[in-house]
Order: sequence, then C-alpha cells, then structure tokens
Amino acid sequence: MSSLSLAVRDSSTMLRRNLLHARRYPSLTLNLLLTPIMLLLLFVYVFGDTMSSGIGGGAPNRSAYIAYLVPGLLLMTIGSTVVGTAVSVSNDMTEGIIARFRTMAIHRPSVLVGHVVGSVLQSIMSVVLVGAVGVAIGFRSRGAGVLEWLAAFGLLVLFALAVTWIAVGMGLVSPNAEAASNNAVPLVLLPLLSSAFVPIHSMPGWFQPIAEYQPFTPAIETLRGLLLGSRIGDNGWLAVVWCVGLAVLGYFWSTSTFNRDPK
Amino acid sequence: MTKLAIAANGLRKSYGDQVVLDGVDLAVPEGTVFSLLGPNGAGKTTAVKILSTLVRADPGTGDIHIGGHNLATDPQAVRAAIGVTGQFSAVDGLITGEENMLLMADLHHLSRSEGRRTAAELLERFDLVEAAKKPASTYSGGMKRRLDIAMTLVGNPRIIFLDEPTTGLDPRSRHTMWQIIRELVSDGVTVFLTTQYLDEADELADRIAVLNDGRIAAHGSAAELKRLVPGGHVRLRFTDPAAYQGAARTLGDATRDDDSLALRVPNDGSQRELRSILDRLDLAGIEADELTVHTPDLDDVFFALTGSADIPSQSKEAVR
Repeated sequence: MSSLSLAVRDSSTMLRRNLLHARRYPSLTLNLLLTPIMLLLLFVYVFGDTMSSGIGGGAPNRSAYIAYLVPGLLLMTIGSTVVGTAVSVSNDMTEGIIARFRTMAIHRPSVLVGHVVGSVLQSIMSVVLVGAVGVAIGFRSRGAGVLEWLAAFGLLVLFALAVTWIAVGMGLVSPNAEAASNNAVPLVLLPLLSSAFVPIHSMPGWFQPIAEYQPFTPAIETLRGLLLGSRIGDNGWLAVVWCVGLAVLGYFWSTSTFNRDPK
Repeated sequence: MTKLAIAANGLRKSYGDQVVLDGVDLAVPEGTVFSLLGPNGAGKTTAVKILSTLVRADPGTGDIHIGGHNLATDPQAVRAAIGVTGQFSAVDGLITGEENMLLMADLHHLSRSEGRRTAAELLERFDLVEAAKKPASTYSGGMKRRLDIAMTLVGNPRIIFLDEPTTGLDPRSRHTMWQIIRELVSDGVTVFLTTQYLDEADELADRIAVLNDGRIAAHGSAAELKRLVPGGHVRLRFTDPAAYQGAARTLGDATRDDDSLALRVPNDGSQRELRSILDRLDLAGIEADELTVHTPDLDDVFFALTGSADIPSQSKEAVR
C-alpha cells in the first residue's frame, strides 16, 4: 500500500473511532455549545438595547445588533468547541490504546488527524446549530449569494482546522484533562477580546491593537463582510494567512510532540 | 543454528541520572518462550518498550534485530512483525469489545468481511462473545486482559511481547492466561514474556533471564538456573523442646532454629536420603510434629541472584 493511501485509510479509521466516542459521549460537546448560545441570547435579549444604541449612536436597534453579533459568535463557537478537542486529546493520551497504536505499523499521525477531522466536523455541526438559533431569533444575511455562502463556509472550515490543530497541541502537552482545559482558555477568551461584540474603533486606544491583531478579528470581519456585505478590505487575506499559519504551526507542534518518546 | 526472533546487544537506557538498562544482551530463538524475570523496577518494562519500538534505546546500544529487521533503521517493519500487550491494558475503554476488535482489523487493513470474521473468531476463542457489545471500561481485569491479547492477535503477529500479562489477575484468570500463552506457542509464535512470578517463568518459559538493576544476573533454562543454587533441605518442626534438642543431637548436620523449634537438614529430596533421616529419628525414638521437604525452586535462584534486602531467612541459608 502506498504511503498516501495508508495515511488516508488509517486516518479514516481513527476518524471513525473519534466519531464513535463523540456519539457515545455527546455531553462534552453539548456543554461546550451552551456557552455561545447563552452569550448570544444574553447579548441580544439582555444587553441588546444598550449595545445597539451605543454602537449605532442612537435608538436601540436589536435586529441590527443580532446581525452584528452572529458572525462573531459563530467563530466563538469554534473556539469553544475545540476546548473539548484539547480535553479529549489529553484524555486519550492517558489511555493504553495509544501505546498500542505506537507499536503498530500504521501511519502514525493518523491518530492526530482522526482527532482533527472529527473535531472540525463537530465544530461545523456546532456552528450550524448556533447559526440556526441566530436565524430563529432574527438573523438574516444581506446580499450574500451562493459564492459568498461558499466562501463563508470555507472560511469557517479553515478557521476550525487551524484552531483545532492548536488545540490538539495544547492537549498533547497537558498532563491531564484539567490542565488541557486551562491551557485552552485563550481559545475562549480571544473572541471576547475581538470585534465580536463591539467594533474595534469603539474600544480604548491602547486596547485597539490587541483586538485588531489577533486571529479572531480578521476572521470575524471577513465573515461579516461575506454574510452582511460590509467592507472586508485587508481582513480577507489576513484571515487566510492567520488560519494557514496557525494550522501549519499546530500541525508541526502536535506531530513533533506526539513523536517524542512517551514516558 | 536456529534463527533468532529477537537479538539485542548491549541494550542501554537511562532516564536522567538513573540507569535503567545497563548493557543487556538478549537472544530469543524463533518459536520459543523467553521470560525476563525480575523484581519491580528492574527494567523489564523498559526493555519491552524499547524492543517494541515504543521508546528509543540510548546511543551506545548495539544493533537490535526483531524478526530480522533492524529496530533503529526500520521500526515500521518491526512493528508489522510484532504484537504487544502491555502491563496496563491497551484497550479503548470508551467503545465496546467488538468495536475494539474491528478497530484493530481496520488498522491491519483487513477487508470488511475478513475483519468481522477475525474479530468474531477471536472474541469466541477468548470467551468474550457475551461481553462483546459492552463498553470495554466495564470489563473485569481478566476480561480486559483477554480482550487486550485478542486485539494483539488480530494482525497474526509472529513475535508477541507480553509485559506482566498476569499481574493483578485472580488465580483462575491467571491459569486461563497461561493456557492462552501455551496455545500461542503451539502455533509457532515467539513469546517474550516479562514476569515477577517465578512459577510463571518456570511454567511457561524455555529460557529465562533474571534481570536485576539493569543487568542480566543469570540466564538459562529453569533447570539450569536451579542448579546454580543449592538448597534442598528437610525441615522438621517440634512442639516439645526436649524432642527438639534430641533431634538436633541425633542429626548432627542440622541447622537449628531455636525460636521456632525447627531443624533444617540438608537433603536432595531423594527417597533414600529422606528415609535415612527418618530412620535416625526412629532409632532415637523422636517424632517430629511437622516435616516438609524443600527442593530449590526459582525463588531461591531469584533471591540469590537479585540479592534483595527482604530475603526470607530460609533462602539466605539456601544460598550459603
């Protein structure tokens, strides 16, 4: 068997294993879904009037704020789903079966690829669910054609892939599930420090660079542009560069960590 | 000369300052059972981890060949030739026993029907059919170990590493495991077994190496190792101090244990020597309350060679 087909075959076997885990024990995924849905409802129905009048500089406009909020929360959903990835990778590494995989003539990175692909699929499912809640409470895209929707979908997948590889690395270097969950906190925190809830220009001057030059903001702005027709500008390629960069970094970090001799 | 399934020269491994393996040579002919015997912390598991490609040996280690493949340059070929059942069960607890088996079949690239057939056969052979649909985490220790070996056998490996396969098992599961190992051997598989139980090595292994402090203290067949250590004796115990004293006088070459009123008389366990002791006691009109015949076993060898601090007194004497 060629090394490529070996890689594909073993990775899909590992993917099946991870999907089986996720299906048997869905509580972790569902718990992680609660955070973005709660935030969505909280910011729309509790803070919505204040936020929208603050941003719009006039009368409260809740439906405008829903439109503003949803793209950021979709990316936040990915960030919080992959916390689960870090935890399950860390858990998995304590299992004896991983030692068995290491002594088998399989494509070694397939263990990680299985986690990554499984987690990206879970992220996409979560995004669809949160998106459905968004639509249910009044989110509508503006001027997005098939091309824009495809691009938006592609961006979400790419973003999920990037942060998942980072989360896998975090899971691998964490000695246990608690540590993995703590190490992955930045993935939940970063969206709060981005343009997800309020525009960058409304933030204090010293804080604006922090919010602007982090991976979530360009991705959020691009998604907003695709779904709502706002200006994308440099954010498009910035988002892609961030995603590709993080994915490559995460891939090499994870595989080299996994290739190290276990204790 | 028969071909070697496992050949290692000068196996070395340290973690930091701690030397775990300090130049271990191993040679296991194909189709035999080799047992690496040693106390906890002797380096048995580390040896298995290195030979099964899980961790790398230190630089300075000589060539290691497993199934004819060089471990350092072609680990993937070694992996294809071996099966490993570690000390801690290498099963996926979150999925069922059957799913574990099918996972192995997929990773060995068996076709769907072949995988199902192999999984069903092995589940049947290891008495796991009833539990097949339950999550492996709910299995008992013995069942987990059986599933573990069943998973190892999916790829039909010719060389199998078993790291303390019976540690923590109850006596019945232990004998089941021995039976399983014997069946493997009758199929021509080479088994590399680590154990801290001497009777296990005695029972199963063709060749035994005693590992102590990272070195091979002795190696050979069970019979050869036992010959290294004298120590057959008859132990006579008395309740009457007068009888004890009388017997000690009668049997001049006995070692006294005044506290427990027991005598140890060197003896090779043969009928003739035993009768001679009894005749001497009968002549003196002394009757012992208890008589036990002690032939040297691997315990004696083990304690003699590993020089452990908590040697029972009788073994110390046996070594003398």
